[in-house]
Amino acid sequence: MSDTPAFEPRIVAFFCNWCTYTAADLAGTARLTYAPNVRVVRIMCSGRLDPQFVVTALRQGADGVLIGGCHPGDCHYQEGNYKMLRRFHLLKRMLKQFGIDDQRVRLEWISASEGDKVQRVINEMVAQVRDLGPLALVGKPTPHPDASEKHAAA
Amino acid sequence: MTKPKVGFYWCASCGGCEEAVVDLHEAILDVVAAVDIVFWPCAMDFKRTDVEAMADGELAVCFINGAVRTSEQFEMVELLRRKAGVVIAFGACAQSGGIPGLANFTSKAAILANVYEDTRTTVNPHKTYPQATVQVPEGTLTLPVLDETVRALGQAIPVDYYLPGCPPPAKLIADAVGAILAGTLPAPGSVLAPNVGVCHECTRKETKPEKMLVTQFKRPHQVLIDPAQCLLAQGLVCLGPDTRSGCGAACPAGNMPCTGCLGALDQVRDFGAKALSGLASVLDAGEDAAIDAGLAGVPDPAGTFYRYSLPASELFAKLPE
Amino acid sequence: MSQKITIDPITRLEGHGKVDIFLDDAGNVERAYLQIPELRGFEKFAEGRPVEDMPQITSRICGVCPTAHHMAASKAVDAVFHVEPSVPGRKIRDLVYSIFFVEDHALHFYYLGGPDFIVGPTAPKAERNILGVLGKVGLEIGKEVIGLRRQLRELIALAGGKVIHPVLGLPGGVAKALTKEDQAKFIAAADHAVEFAEFTLKIFHDIVLKNPDYVAWITNDINTHATYYMGQVDAKNRVNFYDGQIRVVAPDGKEFLKFPAADFHQHVAEQVEPWSYIKFCYLRAVGWKGFTDGADSGVYCVAPLARLNAADGMATPKAQAAYEEMYALLGGKPVHHTLANHWARLIELLYAAERMQELANDPDIIDPNVRTLPTATPTEGVGIVEAPRGTLVHYYATDADGLVTRANLIVATQNNAARIAMSVDKTARGVIKNGKVDDGILNMVEMAFRAYDPCHGCATHALPGQMPLRLAIYNAAGVQIDEIRRDG
Ligand code: SF4
Ligand code: SF4
Ligand code: SF4
Ligand code: FES
Repeated sequence: MSDTPAFEPRIVAFFCNWCTYTAADLAGTARLTYAPNVRVVRIMCSGRLDPQFVVTALRQGADGVLIGGCHPGDCHYQEGNYKMLRRFHLLKRMLKQFGIDDQRVRLEWISASEGDKVQRVINEMVAQVRDLGPLALVGKPTPHPDASEKHAAA
Repeated sequence: MTKPKVGFYWCASCGGCEEAVVDLHEAILDVVAAVDIVFWPCAMDFKRTDVEAMADGELAVCFINGAVRTSEQFEMVELLRRKAGVVIAFGACAQSGGIPGLANFTSKAAILANVYEDTRTTVNPHKTYPQATVQVPEGTLTLPVLDETVRALGQAIPVDYYLPGCPPPAKLIADAVGAILAGTLPAPGSVLAPNVGVCHECTRKETKPEKMLVTQFKRPHQVLIDPAQCLLAQGLVCLGPDTRSGCGAACPAGNMPCTGCLGALDQVRDFGAKALSGLASVLDAGEDAAIDAGLAGVPDPAGTFYRYSLPASELFAKLPE
Repeated sequence: MSQKITIDPITRLEGHGKVDIFLDDAGNVERAYLQIPELRGFEKFAEGRPVEDMPQITSRICGVCPTAHHMAASKAVDAVFHVEPSVPGRKIRDLVYSIFFVEDHALHFYYLGGPDFIVGPTAPKAERNILGVLGKVGLEIGKEVIGLRRQLRELIALAGGKVIHPVLGLPGGVAKALTKEDQAKFIAAADHAVEFAEFTLKIFHDIVLKNPDYVAWITNDINTHATYYMGQVDAKNRVNFYDGQIRVVAPDGKEFLKFPAADFHQHVAEQVEPWSYIKFCYLRAVGWKGFTDGADSGVYCVAPLARLNAADGMATPKAQAAYEEMYALLGGKPVHHTLANHWARLIELLYAAERMQELANDPDIIDPNVRTLPTATPTEGVGIVEAPRGTLVHYYATDADGLVTRANLIVATQNNAARIAMSVDKTARGVIKNGKVDDGILNMVEMAFRAYDPCHGCATHALPGQMPLRLAIYNAAGVQIDEIRRDG
């Protein structure tokens, strides 16, 4: 089908309240436009991000997940962003085993003043994920096909 | 009072769940006395037509173990669902896919090619594969068709309760039977095991530090394991904190880490992601290189965290060929 | 073709294995097919998993003999890591394995295979089960069986964390050391097991061997196949379950091959048939000549009788005496009568119990040095044990991180698959004549393969193998005209 509309990725962003979320706000007020593909979810600290949210977002249709937290040393809960970094490393490796490309899940440190970085990161990621195409997660097992349908076991 | 009718059934099962029932030892006689076991294919004879002849709901409780893998299994569990008032998914395979569910990392075609062509003892110049229907000189033979994927029981039919474990510990089986007889089953959808972690039952829990910090995860063959210290604190990948208890921390009692067979606690939606999170959180490393080095002891995160629950995972993978 | 008979385990509904028998116009058997209708693909999904986890992952092939898979995989990972287990580690594995053998063989005799003999092959089917056995031998013995089973299984759990899917095996040894108090329990159980095994052999003598009808049935040509035999032997060519070399004897009883575990794939190949998920093993040196016996056919046999045939004797005194007695009574080596497997199994039961006793008393088993840490880069390796149902082979190859890149598993029943299929075929031909089929005859067919204690769970890398049967008779139009059922 040649005339399908160009693929527009859906990205779910989990932004830390104290830094990246504020930066995204700033980007808005400064009219730094970025791709409209992102749905932002505010969390209190990147360290609060449960990897279950990431896999659920991917399962529910996100083509990519962006996580934003305070720069190392700046976390309001001291260690939260380091905790996130460690989970992120392990999560990325695991997602790769599920055939999910590295570029679909991204972690960035963006302070409250870096509205421009929000803009750059989002635009970059949207372009990358657009190139990758939709995330074709294998569906959960579907109802069994008609059992009377006889076909070769192989 | 008439005795409640109870059935046991197995799908793609290793038989360990059936053995677990036999491991009630003498107590099994009490069970047999209290209920009317209508069928149990491993120990008794019954026919599908016997089940078909039952009224819908006639069977008070049906325990089903094993994952759903073939057309025949699916037909049978659908039938049992109609006949049984309560269906209990028995064991990890029925609850969440179990170890045979790891087959969902690959495809049916890849499995067949591997078994019938690639394994090093196979000699198959004509690329013969088993067929659903095959003509032999004397007539026709048939084989059931394998499904593309392995399904947990709850992905094939609605399930009322889950009895977790690979296999379920004898105590949980006995408690579940007790609850059925006393009419004290909890709300439908419940897992019939305590909602606390394995650590709770572990003899090493006193040695589990308040603030757990591990600089390097290690694989069990790489270290001599201290039989008294918390395994996680020793840097072993022990999933005890995120796994439901009920087994008496059996694997730590064998001086090996918990691999998570009793599955998730109530509040958890995806066991693998949760266990991954818990493990990464105790790593004491800040820089990328140190983190990667520390995580080298977890070389197969997907297969480790979803060892018993791949079909039930949010990501539910089949790897690209 | 006028009729097709399906002997179908009621567990067909789950896909546990079935036998189809085709009759010709006269109602005689044209050919019987044993089909294994499932497959799970452990070899494929082992790929990518850490090899040190294989003892736990592959034990899920079978919950009836998880300990056999656990041990074969543990030995394979020793080989993959190029590590020799510490002496205490090896002995604890061997001890646990002996316990498992006692338990499994005893269970088979009293629950599965024994009823045919103790109660009688053509006795009413309602009595051909454990209850019938208890009727013959007394309830006290029944309690003994349950009590011993419990005692043995608790010991496996003591050493292995769990009894179903134990966790002790690691490259270089075992995870857990045993204490002095533990040892006392093992010794007590071993003494109990030896007595029990002797007693069980005595029952077999009294009930089976003293009955000329049974002996005639055992030695009947219908139940006989002259094939090659395979089993693991120690340095003196005596039966060993846990370790040794693989020895194959020809149908005339002479040594044909002897090789270390690592060479298994050079000597054995698997044949694919389109009508079964199971593959059929044969000796490469002879080749696949179809479902036929004799020295020109690569079909071979494993499990108790084959092990005894392939060895020169037993390593323990009481079992050795029983071994000599069996061959004396059955006319020397090798014995080709399938049903002699039941006798051979009890000789092995006694051997396993004596071996357990030996190891339980060994001071090494409470030595804390239970493991040698591997230091070499992992590559590939084979681990072989004798499972109760025959030679069990695990092979893994890994990358430098020890992640599995290839696996190859040959389970006991696969080795036997061709001969089991032949036995069923031959027995069916012998007992089904002119379309006459009744329950006793059906049971004789079933006995032909129950003697092997086939574990189709293992065979399909899927399911366990207790096989209650259903026999359906179809007329030429494919309409079912009769049905006979029996309990497992
Ligand atoms: S849950 Fe475990 S013991 Fe039960 S059938 Fe599955 S693999 Fe076997
Ligand atoms: S060893 Fe494992 S189960 Fe026991 S306390 Fe430590 S983390 Fe928990
Ligand atoms: S310790 Fe963990 S893996 Fe072992 S039996 Fe208990 S829940 Fe299962
Ligand atoms: S507060 Fe922003 S990452 Fe912790």
